[in-house]
Amino acid sequence: MSEIFVLVEHRQGKIREITYEILGCGERLAKEKGGSLTAVLLGFEVKELAEEMAMRTPRVLVVEDEKLKDFNSFYYQRVLSSLFSKYQPLLLLMGHTAYGMELAPSLSVELDLPLATDCIGLSFEGERLKVLRSIYGGKVMAHMTLKEAKGHMVTLRPGTFAPKLLEKEKGGIMIEPSPLQEVTDRKRFLHYIEAPVSGEDITQAEILVSVGQGIGGPEHLPMFEELAKILGGTISCSRPVVDRNWLPKERQVGISGKTVKPKIYIAVGISGAFQHVTAIKGAETIIAINKDPRAPIFSVADYGIVDDFQKVIPLLKEKIKGMR
Amino acid sequence: MKIIVCVKRVPKTAEADLFIEKEGKDIKKDNLVFALNDWDGYAIREAVRIKENFGGEVVALTVGPEDSKEVLTRCLAMGADRALRIEEPPAFDALLIAKILARAIQAHPFDLILTGVQTEDDGWGQVGVALAQLLGIPHASIVNRIEIENEKAKVKRELEGGLEELLEVKLPALFTIQTGINEPKYVSLAAILEAEEKEMREIGLEELGLTSKEPLYAILDQVSFPPAGKMAEILKGTPEEVVTQLSEIIKKRKG
Repeated sequence: MSEIFVLVEHRQGKIREITYEILGCGERLAKEKGGSLTAVLLGFEVKELAEEMAMRTPRVLVVEDEKLKDFNSFYYQRVLSSLFSKYQPLLLLMGHTAYGMELAPSLSVELDLPLATDCIGLSFEGERLKVLRSIYGGKVMAHMTLKEAKGHMVTLRPGTFAPKLLEKEKGGIMIEPSPLQEVTDRKRFLHYIEAPVSGEDITQAEILVSVGQGIGGPEHLPMFEELAKILGGTISCSRPVVDRNWLPKERQVGISGKTVKPKIYIAVGISGAFQHVTAIKGAETIIAINKDPRAPIFSVADYGIVDDFQKVIPLLKEKIKGMR
Repeated sequence: MKIIVCVKRVPKTAEADLFIEKEGKDIKKDNLVFALNDWDGYAIREAVRIKENFGGEVVALTVGPEDSKEVLTRCLAMGADRALRIEEPPAFDALLIAKILARAIQAHPFDLILTGVQTEDDGWGQVGVALAQLLGIPHASIVNRIEIENEKAKVKRELEGGLEELLEVKLPALFTIQTGINEPKYVSLAAILEAEEKEMREIGLEELGLTSKEPLYAILDQVSFPPAGKMAEILKGTPEEVVTQLSEIIKKRKG
């Protein structure tokens, strides 16, 4: 029987949203293959999380061990390797997240299984697994086929698949013994470091004027700060702007920064890479200004201007000032 | 400390017009500008910073065609001491690249391997972590700070939403480096000229005991452009007209 395994991603006592998205995808695949869907939960004292997962899947496999209290890819790898030997699932799905990126490539090498990462689509065509990936910064799609194998691994892009709904009946929870007794690691989790709460909180702004590396340099920032002020809004930015130290980290909108839901989001010189765009999905109106007509941002924005910001922004400032 | 950094030469596609080539398996690259993968630049700078603290050497490695030598020269100019180009197979996936690098590296002792988190072209984010597994060393990915003391490294990893975690890893180890870990530095003409004098070697796959037809685990069938879907309404007209339309929209949506 074809088993689809989904690795439950959780942190600090909570199941992360990506887990439900992967289950949504896994459920469809299990139906297509006439197989079963199983959530695999690794952790320590995770009874409540197991119960939560049982509301969404017919079967939950749980492995508990103190060494699994906080994510450590080495221990996760040992456990999954042992589960793979026992259950031989057809497919293991996990998120393309900080945890998934740390674990999937090394696990796939250990198990000698084909791996496709950061997938935005997948389906079985007969025995072969086909995947869809977004490459070249989102401007091109790559259609790939995994090698024929008894097992496969795929990591899924967060925010792409519809989350699985609740099951009508509660699923079964199976406890698997931990294989970690004698195992020690050369990698130790020490502690978390929370994002510092400082400066401006861009998540509270109704209007965001957001700049990307397309603005060319920090010398243009005053113009944007003025525009933000005139609009009664706040400045924010994409990751490359923070990497270059043009603006501080608390201004960053993106997967490794903040998620925002303003009334108006004006993106200037931002290409629209997935890591950024996923954090502005809740914005009511997105306006993009970019020289490149094929920038991925234009497929997310409501309105767009294909032009040099240096031509547009000064005029826009004057127009808005004149309207007050 | 012997530090190996694996780098890649990639096309800069962000502001370029892209076209798909006839066979449909890749984009046309003749009109594109190529450079060192963004993440790898941060990795090289980090390796050089660590070398400056502890002494030792930094070796830059790439699997790539003849043209890749230009990014190796760039790495040498940024402070790497030696460089090695390994022949690129006609077709490859992340696992094969990792296998090739592992073969090239395994005979030589090292303390640390750094790679970028991913590349700007394929963005698999796999090679570094797969390489660590092949070499039997511990790893940490998406690293934005490294502190080395007594054969151990304390590394800070980026999680999501601004949250980070601190890990302690025994060396030798491999870390995949996130952008922003250090600041881009100006590379002087003198450094570029000096780079020409540093050692740059090239080896073929045969020397590593590999053929140009190793089996692939993930095969590319074709590339295509994303479906147009719901595109933004592009405002048309002179800059004046466009800005007028935009201000009306802003006024209305502001409420």
